[in-house]
Amino acid sequence: MTMTHPAAGGKASSAPLMGRAAEPTIFELSQPGRSSFQFRTTGVPPRPAGDLIPSEFLADDVVELAEVSERDLVAHFTRLSHRQFSVDLGAYPLGSCTMKYNPKVCDTIASLPGLAGVHPGAPASLTQGWLEIMVSLEAALCEVTGMASATLQPAAGAAGELTGLLLMRAYHAARGEERRRIIIPDSAHGTNPASVTLGGYDVTTVPSDDRGCVDLAALKAVLDTDVAGIMLTNPNTLGLFEEDIAEIAAAVHDVGGLLYYDGANLNAILGVVRPGDMGFDIVHMNLHKTFATPHGGGGPGAGPVAVSSRLTEFLPGPRATKVGDRYDWVTPPSSIGRVHGWHGNALVLARALAYIEIHGGDGLRKVSERAVLNANWIRQRLSTVFDVAFDRPCMHEVVLSLTTLRKDHGIKAIDVAKRLMEEGFHAPTVYFPLIVDEALMIEPTETESLQTLEALAQAFELIAAEALSDPDSLHAAPRTSPVGRVDEALAARQLIQTFDARPQP
Amino acid sequence: METPENLRYSSDHEWAARTGTTVRIGITDYAQDALGDVVYVEAPAVGSTVSVGAAIGEVESTKSVSEIYAPVAGTVIAVNEALADHPELVNADPYGEGWLCEVAVEGEGGFDALLDAEAYRALTD
Repeated sequence: MTMTHPAAGGKASSAPLMGRAAEPTIFELSQPGRSSFQFRTTGVPPRPAGDLIPSEFLADDVVELAEVSERDLVAHFTRLSHRQFSVDLGAYPLGSCTMKYNPKVCDTIASLPGLAGVHPGAPASLTQGWLEIMVSLEAALCEVTGMASATLQPAAGAAGELTGLLLMRAYHAARGEERRRIIIPDSAHGTNPASVTLGGYDVTTVPSDDRGCVDLAALKAVLDTDVAGIMLTNPNTLGLFEEDIAEIAAAVHDVGGLLYYDGANLNAILGVVRPGDMGFDIVHMNLHKTFATPHGGGGPGAGPVAVSSRLTEFLPGPRATKVGDRYDWVTPPSSIGRVHGWHGNALVLARALAYIEIHGGDGLRKVSERAVLNANWIRQRLSTVFDVAFDRPCMHEVVLSLTTLRKDHGIKAIDVAKRLMEEGFHAPTVYFPLIVDEALMIEPTETESLQTLEALAQAFELIAAEALSDPDSLHAAPRTSPVGRVDEALAARQLIQTFDARPQP
Repeated sequence: METPENLRYSSDHEWAARTGTTVRIGITDYAQDALGDVVYVEAPAVGSTVSVGAAIGEVESTKSVSEIYAPVAGTVIAVNEALADHPELVNADPYGEGWLCEVAVEGEGGFDALLDAEAYRALTD
């Protein structure tokens, strides 16, 4: 047996949060006349903007931009960056978001000049390598999901959802059918009903049963030929596998509807079970969750959508396609058109292919097995501290309910989440899914070591003990961070969207 | 948690108070407590007709957005304008100043089928 130091893995208690003074805004750092750049002297005489641009297009007011030196500019943003919690800093168990560590080698590959330096408008004859990457990624994603073909264009998961719904509409329209309803379980991600509405459909909600899965009888009661399809996440947002999925698929297909797979939780099933084999017709993937491309922060993202063969003809185009022994751009015959200005966020796609190639099929299966193992370790370990919403083996994440703690000690999920940040971990997701009272949703992902999981569990245990001994301190947390507890209710009720940086009298 | 005896309740956590043919509607103390700090309330349009169980508005808190369902059927004749600027009234006084709207009912409009205080308490305990 190998002895490991108890701190192996570790937590982000050494995050460089020096001092507690608020960082000024860039506008408060402004001094007239300072600049971070200088233009080359070109000899071209300056001309007023009004000479070059028609007056109706000119703004009435001059925009006041911050005037700072390069030195102050870099210091400002570096200080802000040191006040962020990030995946690179420590464990980030933000349930439903799959905030796993992204291997740096994927960034290295995407930075290769041969990839990063190519203009997206370059003709296929000069970009055969790029097209091969796209064709290879499409094939890999189809193999993982059990689908026939895919579009790589959608710029993120939500864009993928809308694309999937437009594909659904095109499929039904080609059959002369105008179906109006999409079914969504009450545990669904909030993006699902939003995408349905944007896609021009009406939402029908089905309840969950007492095991946290789709209530099959309630589903069958709302199925008819007006149903265009159902959107499901499997495992669902409770981290539970929808065990009746085969029966659900048969029931929806029986009325002519399609099954849409929300790929948000795909990290739980890689190489184990495929949406296509479960009966799904359309699958979107959040590459940043499952295939380790950049998380959030404004993107860029990528949300490829894979479909079964009966939907291939409707896919967005043009698609990178192998034609003979060459690659070319081909638009499917009944395409719904473009959903992105170019060919998707290509460098993100390259990272995803790198991640897939590095892991291989067996490696991807291990990714999911360890993600599920880690979540169950946390579930088992914390089940003596908090109530588990549905206490049976989970998939990649577990949902706790702090109802008892709230009733007995006035401690809410938000208090525990805020306090956890002081212990060197990012907060878990709170108050989602909506059907769990005082929900605390933990997704450790496969990239955290046993030692880090142990440290995380101990932090939760410490906080649970504080809830009994010193509840007031939890209400005030976090107290050691540069910004303390924010009054979210006040901020939402009295929304102020501007900031006056001028010195106040 | 307060559950006044003189009101009637829906299993979706709305309360209803009848005066003649007018029924005033709001969300219960239990509901506002579960939602947390309310930051926005969307009331129905005056003059709209509502049926029992139909979504008539939304209440948004720092945690979530929830639909409000009509506990009775009828025509909306008044909405609580104060909630537009002061959604916190729903938290502070759910059965008083935090009321949502008033519905004119024909006949009993589904009022008689609502839960009494004792049955609602049993539901939420």
